[in-house]
Amino acid sequence: MTTALKRYGLGVLAIAVTVVLFIVPLAFMALTAVKDRREAAKLDFAWPTTFNFIENFQDVLSARKFMLVTAFINSTILTVASVTILVILAAMVAWILQRRRSRWNGVANFLILSGLIIPPAVVPTIWVLQSMGLFKTLPGLILIEVAFGLSFCVMLFRAFIASIPKELDEAAVIDGCGPVRLFFRVIFPLLRSVIVTVIVVQSVHIFNDFQNPLYFLPGDANATVQLTLFNFQSQFATSYNLLFMNILLITIPPFIMYLFFNRQIVAGMTAGAVKG
Amino acid sequence: MTLKTAAPAPAAVARRAEHQARRRKGKSPYPYWFYLPAAVVYTALFLVPTFASFFFSFTRWTLTDFTFIGLDNFVQFFQEPALLKGLTNTFIYGAVTSTLKVALGMLLAVLLTSRIIARGYLRSVIFFPVLLSSIGVGIVFTVLMDPSKGMINEALAAVGIEGPAWLVDPAWALLSVAMVDVWKGVGLATVIYIAGIVSIPQEYFEAAKMDGASSVKCFFNITLPLARPATATVIILSLIGGLRSFDLIWAMTKGGPGFTSDVIASVIFKQYQAGFYGLSTAGNVVLFLIVTAIILPLSMFLNRKEVEQ
Repeated sequence: MTTALKRYGLGVLAIAVTVVLFIVPLAFMALTAVKDRREAAKLDFAWPTTFNFIENFQDVLSARKFMLVTAFINSTILTVASVTILVILAAMVAWILQRRRSRWNGVANFLILSGLIIPPAVVPTIWVLQSMGLFKTLPGLILIEVAFGLSFCVMLFRAFIASIPKELDEAAVIDGCGPVRLFFRVIFPLLRSVIVTVIVVQSVHIFNDFQNPLYFLPGDANATVQLTLFNFQSQFATSYNLLFMNILLITIPPFIMYLFFNRQIVAGMTAGAVKG
Repeated sequence: MTLKTAAPAPAAVARRAEHQARRRKGKSPYPYWFYLPAAVVYTALFLVPTFASFFFSFTRWTLTDFTFIGLDNFVQFFQEPALLKGLTNTFIYGAVTSTLKVALGMLLAVLLTSRIIARGYLRSVIFFPVLLSSIGVGIVFTVLMDPSKGMINEALAAVGIEGPAWLVDPAWALLSVAMVDVWKGVGLATVIYIAGIVSIPQEYFEAAKMDGASSVKCFFNITLPLARPATATVIILSLIGGLRSFDLIWAMTKGGPGFTSDVIASVIFKQYQAGFYGLSTAGNVVLFLIVTAIILPLSMFLNRKEVEQ
């Protein structure tokens, strides 16, 4: 009797609280995005009298010479390129680090830890990028995302590679496999599940990144979606419907990721919670 | 006993086999050059700037030219009220967000691992904000926290409470942003705690129940100590995030009103925008020192092995 009460009572209470705290703000965002300008300006949580989804969608896309379209293209390139490079480089490092015991292991572990903790030094990074001619370029930002994401990815890969039996490597070596073939043809395919985790977690992270594009890729021509949204904030100060439509649009890619890869996202983000 | 000493340890066998394989091929199947591409990117864009930051923080710097000015940047950092405020705010922000995330995350995780209805829904809805963009969340909550027209204050007024002015009230601005940070990040703390709690063997709870322990006792004597790796992860992650946080603050207040909600990360950006590259870099060094001085001892303390087995 009491357990049933607890089961339902607490459950209903928790549902009520989450509806107020989480569903209402998200619904407010979605509803404001489809209102017309005058209704949206009231900032209240009311059902829209007219649904202006198509108009708002077109308006926000065409604003400032289709800047949002450019931004989506840039963000897609940024995300795909940096995640691809990250996966390959991090897996290579993690494989050697896990398999080959040497005096470099200590150094590598220290550097990985540093990468997780140390906040990147902004202006010196710009200085380095400038001297390489990569400042304010998309390739420059891609390399930045790779450099800052390496530590986390190597950690995930290394934990997974520890569970792959070493005999597999040895069998391949005896069959005459060189290191490159061994890694890309034997090991890499075995990493599939952790690769999915890394891809999903990092792509959401990089797609949502605001600080790095702000510093290393300023300028309208190279805008990313988060930067565009930030700039629209001051520009659309009076048309909340368009501002919120913009938020709604850039929320869709992470939302789709979440629908399909819920498990991998949680697995990647909770790594390290259990071992001690 | 004798058998154990006679047979070589498995590790030694493996090492010998590896050695033989290496001699046969002439080189290891695990070449060091696999480190190279990652090492180049990491060194050029992370290590070099980090080391350079220590040097340039002692200079007045225009990116092309620098003059050495000793400790002036740091002196200015600790003397100018606007910059000092950023320093104290960073501590407040980090402490508030990580404390709330630990407490609420633990509470929610216990709730979500108990037998209540709609666990799937609750878990998804609490975790989802983690994947939202900080800028989007910041803008939505800026609107919700509008002092006169915002939904939060209208809801509070409906139950007879006069809400504060949130983001435009100097006393509340930083805390308001911190609360939004918790709203966005508590889902991550919760799923980390859930992973930690689920890994505790069920037998402990059964034995405790058998001995007549209440659920409160179970929580303090079983769940809390055995979920310690999860607590360590949550504290470390949210502190690193909290001390470095920039996106939400920049989207919601830009450090205002005045400089009452500035943190070091926003000070660094403001000085960079104003062209004070040396001062901005000094801010980076200060942030680096603070983060390592807090995180390193704390993680050593939290991750130390239990003495008794």
